[in-house]
Amino acid sequence: MTVTDIKAKLMQGNQACAEGAIYAGINFYAGYPITPSTEIAEVLAERMPEEGGKFIQMEDEIASMAAIVGASLTGAKTMTATSGPGFSLKQENFGYGIVAETPCVVVNVQRLGPSTGGPTAPAQGDMMQARWGTHGDHPVIALCPSTVQECFDLTVKAFNLAEEFRTPVLLLLDEVIGHMRERVFVPQPGELEVVDRIKPEAGTQNYLAYQPVDSTLVPPMASFGDGYRFHVTGLLHDETGFPTNNSEVMGSLIERLHQKIERGREKIVIVEEIDIDDADVVIIAYGCVARSAQKAQKMARKKGQKVGILRLITVWPFPEEEVLRVAEKAKALIVPEMNRGQIKDVVQSAVVGKAEVYGIGNVDGEMVSPCQILAKIEEVL
Amino acid sequence: MLAHLEKYFRTERLPHIWCPGCANGIIVKSLVEAIDKAGLDQDKTVIVSGIGCSSRAPGYLNFNTLHTTHGRAIAFATGVKLANPELNVIVVTGDGDGTSIGGNHLIHGARRNIDLTVLLFNNSIYGMTGGQYSPMSPQGAKATTSPYGNIERPFDICNLVTASGASYVARGNSYHTSQLTNLIYQGLQNKGFSFIEAISTCPVYFGRKNKLGRPADMLKMQKEFCISKEAAEKMSAEEKAGKVITGVLHYAELPEYTEQYQKIVDKCQRR
Repeated sequence: MTVTDIKAKLMQGNQACAEGAIYAGINFYAGYPITPSTEIAEVLAERMPEEGGKFIQMEDEIASMAAIVGASLTGAKTMTATSGPGFSLKQENFGYGIVAETPCVVVNVQRLGPSTGGPTAPAQGDMMQARWGTHGDHPVIALCPSTVQECFDLTVKAFNLAEEFRTPVLLLLDEVIGHMRERVFVPQPGELEVVDRIKPEAGTQNYLAYQPVDSTLVPPMASFGDGYRFHVTGLLHDETGFPTNNSEVMGSLIERLHQKIERGREKIVIVEEIDIDDADVVIIAYGCVARSAQKAQKMARKKGQKVGILRLITVWPFPEEEVLRVAEKAKALIVPEMNRGQIKDVVQSAVVGKAEVYGIGNVDGEMVSPCQILAKIEEVL
Repeated sequence: MLAHLEKYFRTERLPHIWCPGCANGIIVKSLVEAIDKAGLDQDKTVIVSGIGCSSRAPGYLNFNTLHTTHGRAIAFATGVKLANPELNVIVVTGDGDGTSIGGNHLIHGARRNIDLTVLLFNNSIYGMTGGQYSPMSPQGAKATTSPYGNIERPFDICNLVTASGASYVARGNSYHTSQLTNLIYQGLQNKGFSFIEAISTCPVYFGRKNKLGRPADMLKMQKEFCISKEAAEKMSAEEKAGKVITGVLHYAELPEYTEQYQKIVDKCQRR
């Protein structure tokens, strides 16, 4: 690659997310205006028809989630974006997408909550809502970019995971990452992997829309209009897609939904490890706070303190093994985040007492600063 | 079952879950007759529904079928239609599903004039949850949640959908079935948002609570209180009191949403 091949652009996080969606092959976007995610809709309103895709501003958040699931069933790659109050409204049809095994990407640019909260103030307060916001037992995939470049790359990844695992995938930005501007190297076509859903093999007879055909447990997915005339419902169903009250069948569907994500763990769970081999203290961070963690870690190392970082790029499913491995070597773990310990508590339960876990929790719309983390390092060393 | 209609049913899914005497089956027959008359390709037709008794209909129908969440059928259908405008998209909903929890989607679908055919089964009550009043229950009606009589006024849903911008609005009932079939057929022919209110019956909950007699009596009542738009035009206000007007209530040639969007795509791609 020559220097002229590299397309470096100054981009906002939200814009990089929109451009990443286009790189991934998005065909359909439905959204509703909400701060601080609106730029994603604005960029795609302009870009989608240029790419031959469709954009629609729906009447509300519920409808935009519904529309992307409907569109996905016709074979389209689809996305919506929102923030806290809208994320609450998406939960209904997000759950539908999980049960109906419909690929789509849902972006939540987190702002300070609860309720209308602080619309322009950053937060990471929706980590648990991302995990458990829709009712019932269900698996969730959620990715958390820390840079504008990652907004692009992880949007592509989110589409890939959605298509491969036939499920909605969450992309959890925060206001800092969504509105920050940084240099982005836009990959050339083919440079990043782009995955398309597996359709039933040509000539398939007696296609069953919810019957897995291999050990991935992900059933091939036909589109409406392909000629298979299948049924889709949010009711618990058997492999034909039709509803059932049979407790064995209902239970095994829920199990399979979890198992297909569990079996894909190697492809789904991504973390970044920085200087953890000799670390006495490991900072576990994600999203915008991982940037403060990197600054603090460098400053601590300069002072001779043995500090490392475990950056969670995938937050759900939770990287339990990766966290436990770190806990087995380090004395203390620090989890700085912009909520009152939502991920700290998960870390605590993952490390089963093998290391002390300390949290830093900002809920005032101010980013966790490197100084806050440095002070905590001093305290725990 | 009539032989020419059998191909439209998933006969292995029958019998249906509706109570004996329910008129929903009559309306489904009008729907498939209209589909047959319109010659829709089953492979290229999607039937979308929400939650409730009528929303179970798509499960019995041999098409691409999408049973969604409560009230959201039109929102899902909008995604289906805009993503692939070549598909014929029909929405089956009820008075609770379509006018209460889904009321916002209904008026916005109409406002966009997106090419959906929405068939709303109006049985004046929430049947699946056991007989609660809906926004279409008449004033005074008894329901499990209006034990002293309903004090809310019902929508004239056809007027609401007309005012919201739909290009085709009609009302039929489960007694005058050939009229209903024809109204649905015209809705399927219209390129735009087509809305058909089909008055149904719920003998088990609405009928029993309001002492309306046997299922057949409730159908005969429809014969009495429904009058065609043409007949109504010749009647005095006094004669029309208490009557429900059926037929094509509104038609306007309006630009269709997905066609309008395609023009934008074409323009952008020419640049």
